[in-house]
Amino acid sequence: MAMLELNGLRKNFGATEVLRQIDLSLASGEMLVIVGASGCGKSTLLRIVAGLEAPSTGTVVLDGRDVTSLDPAARDIAMVFQNYALYPHMTVFDNMAYGLRIRGLSRDEITHRVREAAELLGLFEFLERKPRQLSGGQRQRVAMGRAIVREPKLFLFDEPLSNLDATLRVRTRAEIRRLQRRLGVTSLYVTHDQVEAMTLGDRLLVLHKGRPAQLATPMEVFERPADTYVAGFIGAPAMNFLPARLADLGDSARLDAGPLLHCIDGRRAGDEGTALTIGIRPEHVLIDPEGVPLRVDLIEPLGSETLVHGRLAAPGETSLVIRLAGKAPDGEILTIAFPPEHIHVFDAETGLRLD
Amino acid sequence: MNARRDPVAHAVLLLGVILFVAPLWLVLVASTQDPATIARGDLSLLPGNEGFSAYARVLNGPVPHMLLISLGMALAIAFGKIIISVLSAFAIAFFRFPGRRVAFWLIFITLMLPVEVRIIPTYSVMSDLGLINTFTGLWLPLIASATATLLFRQVFVAIPDELVEAARMDGAGPLRFLWDIVLPVSGANIAALFVILFIYGWNQYLWPLLVATNPRLDTIVIGIVKMIAVETDTDWSAVMATAVLALLPPVVVVVLMQRWFVAGLTEGEK
Repeated sequence: MAMLELNGLRKNFGATEVLRQIDLSLASGEMLVIVGASGCGKSTLLRIVAGLEAPSTGTVVLDGRDVTSLDPAARDIAMVFQNYALYPHMTVFDNMAYGLRIRGLSRDEITHRVREAAELLGLFEFLERKPRQLSGGQRQRVAMGRAIVREPKLFLFDEPLSNLDATLRVRTRAEIRRLQRRLGVTSLYVTHDQVEAMTLGDRLLVLHKGRPAQLATPMEVFERPADTYVAGFIGAPAMNFLPARLADLGDSARLDAGPLLHCIDGRRAGDEGTALTIGIRPEHVLIDPEGVPLRVDLIEPLGSETLVHGRLAAPGETSLVIRLAGKAPDGEILTIAFPPEHIHVFDAETGLRLD
Repeated sequence: MNARRDPVAHAVLLLGVILFVAPLWLVLVASTQDPATIARGDLSLLPGNEGFSAYARVLNGPVPHMLLISLGMALAIAFGKIIISVLSAFAIAFFRFPGRRVAFWLIFITLMLPVEVRIIPTYSVMSDLGLINTFTGLWLPLIASATATLLFRQVFVAIPDELVEAARMDGAGPLRFLWDIVLPVSGANIAALFVILFIYGWNQYLWPLLVATNPRLDTIVIGIVKMIAVETDTDWSAVMATAVLALLPPVVVVVLMQRWFVAGLTEGEK
């Protein structure tokens, strides 16, 4: 059963369209990650679900109830803010208890819930501290605790890890996922970090300029990106794009750089000579003595692997990044090949995937 | 640069200290002198031989009552100003309502009108309300404060949006939000402003002089002036002793509140 449904959400700020037509349905217990570059409207979407912002059109339905016009507090939703937004003058206990007190829960019930959440988050010994006496990671957990004690129908996360240092981020990421699974609360998680998006989500929604570019499982988004934007956004280093034209009645793509790539997964529709964009991930490019020459600009050794930045000789001097296991071979010029089983075919004009 | 070895800085500081301390010292010294000595004009720079007898004299007179009136007035003005300006700043900072900008600018414009400019209409209003020669009349017209409203607006605007939103998600209504979040978070600013407003109230002269002719409502400031106004033989050591007494409450407020708002400043992480 759908826990959260967004129907035809749009949001305009004056003449600017921030969100255009968002339709979404979350199953109970599902974690959906909304990912996109800054300014794509992902935070606005989250704030509309939270009730902090009203949509221009469309409805938000939570557990079968239309909550579009309800106050945030009446929606049974809890939110973890990017800067945690802890009340600076209250102790950790009071920070978590505040919302419950307003709801008029009994003192025993509040103490019970807060202690349980504190136990779960390893905050037990900090309950009497003020937020300023805590580290960034601890504050983050208090913010989580404040959401958990509410026992809401829906969790909202607004880039909760972006203020943590790299090591802590990795650890907290795993913690959030474990916690969310364990509590089984439906969650909406906003981030601009593609690693968070890949690891946390049951499904991903990639937003691009307020439009849903793709909604699918993380692996599907990675393996079959819906358009060149998604293809370039998910995966690091980003996918390489090469200009090409449709050839052999749609059976192959002729790279402007020379090679003819056979579309092994089937014929593409379109006229002979239609402009295409061929995408290939850096790790899929091979060194091949028979291949096309690549002029090397820069070599970045990462230990177990090496990134090579270079340009194709001709035409257009398309720049490429390739990822090689081990060390890069010596030489100013490498010859490379593009294995047909790893290429993605996009329409050059619309950027959409061609299958 | 090593500040310890900067003679110019030291000299300037020393000059400043002398400028501030010298008059206080003179008042203290004079309060321990024999009134006749002061009247002759040969005021010594060392304490006289009267000790604290002048203090005993004035404390048995009307001075304690005057101190009480001043204290009541200063507290009423300070609290009144804080309550009114916190409420109006809260409205201006957190709510979108029609006429919000107009209200803001009206408050802003009144900043430019000191008490003296509107003193005649104010007097007439107080007279219509029958508040002339009452204690309420002393403080009531002085509790609206554009300056404090603007200061609080700045403080409130600086409260992070996320904190406001977190409180909304937690279900706090406007008044609850004001009481539970805004006021504690702005504690340091309120304390600082309280000190300034208390001293402002304590030092009021013109308005109490106009509105209260009953000697029972004399503030300490007015009391001192009246003591000097006895033309022939002013009891100068009593005047000085009263002046010292009049100094004490503001000093106490500053000292007490200083500790309070330093604590507030270090705790209040926004």
